[in-house]
Amino acid sequence: MSASFPLTRRKAGRFWIILACLLCLGGAVGLVLNALSSTIVFFMAPSQVLAHPPTPTRTIRLGGMVVAGSLHTGRASDDTPEARFDVTDGQAAVTVQYRGILPDLFREGQSVVALGRYDGHGFTASEVLAKHDETYMPKEVADALQKSGRWDPRFGPPPNAADWNSMTVPHPDTPPGPGAAP
Amino acid sequence: MTMLATIFCPEGGHFALALACALALMQGVLPLAGLRRTDSPLTALARPLALSQCLALLFAWTCLVTASLGNDFSLKLIAETSAINKPWAYKIAGLWGNHEGSLLLWVTLLSLWCAGLALLPGQSAARPEGLPLRLRARLLALLGLVGAGFQLFCLTTSNPFLRLWPVPADGMGMNPLLQDPGLAVHPPLLYSGYVGFAVPFAFAISALLDGRANALWARHMRPWVISAWALLTLGITLGSWWSYSVLGWGGYWFWDPVENAALIPWLTGTALLHSVLVVEKRNLLHVWCLLLAIATFAFSLSGTFLVRSGILNSVHAFANDPARGLFILGLLGLYGGGSLLLFAIRAPALPTPQAGFSPLSRESALLLNNILLCTLCAVVLTGTLYPPFMQLLFGRTLSVGKPFFDATTIPLTLPLLAVMGVSMALPWRQTRADRLLPRLAPALLITAGNILPAFWLFPTPLAALSALLALWVISAALCDLILRLRGLPEGSRQLHRLPRSLWAASLAHVGVGVTILGLCGMAGSQERLIEARPGTHATLTGRDWELTALTAHHGPNYEVVEAHLTIRHHDAHGPVLTELTPEIRLFPRQGQRTLHVAILHRPLEDLYAALGSVKEERDPQGQSHYSAILRLHENPLASWIWLGGIVMALGGGLHLLPSRRRPKPVEGELRSCR
Repeated sequence: MSASFPLTRRKAGRFWIILACLLCLGGAVGLVLNALSSTIVFFMAPSQVLAHPPTPTRTIRLGGMVVAGSLHTGRASDDTPEARFDVTDGQAAVTVQYRGILPDLFREGQSVVALGRYDGHGFTASEVLAKHDETYMPKEVADALQKSGRWDPRFGPPPNAADWNSMTVPHPDTPPGPGAAP
Repeated sequence: MTMLATIFCPEGGHFALALACALALMQGVLPLAGLRRTDSPLTALARPLALSQCLALLFAWTCLVTASLGNDFSLKLIAETSAINKPWAYKIAGLWGNHEGSLLLWVTLLSLWCAGLALLPGQSAARPEGLPLRLRARLLALLGLVGAGFQLFCLTTSNPFLRLWPVPADGMGMNPLLQDPGLAVHPPLLYSGYVGFAVPFAFAISALLDGRANALWARHMRPWVISAWALLTLGITLGSWWSYSVLGWGGYWFWDPVENAALIPWLTGTALLHSVLVVEKRNLLHVWCLLLAIATFAFSLSGTFLVRSGILNSVHAFANDPARGLFILGLLGLYGGGSLLLFAIRAPALPTPQAGFSPLSRESALLLNNILLCTLCAVVLTGTLYPPFMQLLFGRTLSVGKPFFDATTIPLTLPLLAVMGVSMALPWRQTRADRLLPRLAPALLITAGNILPAFWLFPTPLAALSALLALWVISAALCDLILRLRGLPEGSRQLHRLPRSLWAASLAHVGVGVTILGLCGMAGSQERLIEARPGTHATLTGRDWELTALTAHHGPNYEVVEAHLTIRHHDAHGPVLTELTPEIRLFPRQGQRTLHVAILHRPLEDLYAALGSVKEERDPQGQSHYSAILRLHENPLASWIWLGGIVMALGGGLHLLPSRRRPKPVEGELRSCR
């Protein structure tokens, strides 16, 4: 470490650099892994939520279509607006409770994504997202609908959410809409 | 107007763009060929070519602006984004609110940076410290090659001058969210920052080609790094302010991929800014500095293009326009991959420095700053890229949001702030702890004296700790200035005698501290959401908010509903503090509505009100009552976030002002880098 041995000093300097890099890198990897395991938000469709309920402390993104006629709005005692509606993927429906302003493009029978927690009975949303465009469906919701077999994008726009739970047999042979392009 | 429209017709613009592309290609190839010999006339062509390319692109812009102001809906771009009743300022500003226009802006800004480089006085007998002419020719050539690629991309896949047939009678109008003065200025600033990092990139490539990256090279590069950094800082600050004041959600940063795409080059650019100093003063770290310059530009490029083209958000963006996506990937691969390959081949051959780092020295502090900033950058990059990769590889849909970034970035920022405070007091080369401590003592005392108030004022221990570290940064920067002033010889203790770079660094550090204090304050923001009829009172943190009336009127291309709020101290009978009128704007053409938030900026807090929606209810007598959904916020220290950003950029700007003194010769002999 003495100044009369420049080479040794250089090595000592390098040692500090490598130590700092390793500490930083190790710390960052630890932080990232820890954060990924606890803060990541998975997307789930209502049928998945019912089949494998997430732990009540876990935040998830619930996506699907708002069941027509299921929206009830009200006002809590402290004047906060409240809303309750059902979200379905055509196989199951989950009731969503939300305190806050519903987005402008929130409509019954349209796609929605809600961010929140499922406690085994109902879903409490902290945020409700309906995307900018009335014809736009969040990709995750479209995928979930296709997986549940309720919608084939080759045959036009998605069916009305109100009919879904009454739909029993999908008809892949007879397209519901006139040949819309995918 | 008709005369002008004939001269600046869209075809003229199209032609000018093609001409600029050809000029850029010549600017890229000819000087490089000339530089192979010692004295070739081709080398001198770089400067006129750069200037004429810039003029051609400015001509193209004039054509586009003329067409937009003249409502020429035969242009596809204008038909899709403009309308007759759009205010004229947005007919210009709206041009860069879309893919084609923003790409044209990108290449034009690059050509403006080239023109700046070309116009800067070069090295001469009278100005030995100027930029060497051969270095300048090489830089212009490399920038010409970058520009040519993107102008080709613009011409072939995203041409803003395409015509439309049949011509619509009116355009479709702009996204109303973009109709905001902040957003008119934000893209040009942000893009100038992004594009500005092309100049340090060219410096790095030039050094690799040359096999020489020394202190003099770093001194020539430094102002370009600082100016790009200052512009990027301003751009990000403005973007964050826009999302706070226009989106109406009360937040200022959403860790959205588009935001992260700007933050990542900012982090590496900040690291570059500091490592350039080490190269210049100590002739150390130059390989690292080269890598940072390349990485910063590569991140800027991918930030601008990958995100906008939608690849990050959705893997299916390729399907929409495969030509665009492939072209962009090709360009990124060529510039990013090519330069990294060059780096891998040439960097090991660069002469290695003989000096070392002693732990207690400014270069060590700057190195630690670099390590921490790059780790931060890696963490943000991981969080941004993890969801699309999981989607692509495993088909699992997930999202990474604020909780992830809070949990990872805050623990890394705290040591960074701690080092920042120490770094200003550290001298270059080496010092001893017993000499360092007295220099730090005043700042340490100030910080220690505020421990109790901080934990009492801030809502969480983490916010209090961060605020204390921010205070530490600010006080260390200011105390250092005072100590250095006292260190000046008797009789010349005037503030302007201190070197300007010292002022600039202190100012930028104070800016960081101010921003962090703002962020800590915002951690304690209070929010209330109410549904209220006129006459309703609500209390929020000891103030009374009353909705007095709901009114409606017409704007130029929208209709307005306003909520009139009166805020009083204490309770409903207290003295009136202010009145706020948040509004909703309805744009009938687009069938869209935007929120217009009302904010009262006070030194220590913002009062913020957003009108969510208005409902009509009928009572049994058939009379209608209107009620409004209101979001009320009290945001402590909110404006400090953006104030700090402006102070940081001012620090950068101060550094760039021409200094009255001749720069000291750098370590080693003063020689031209070829």
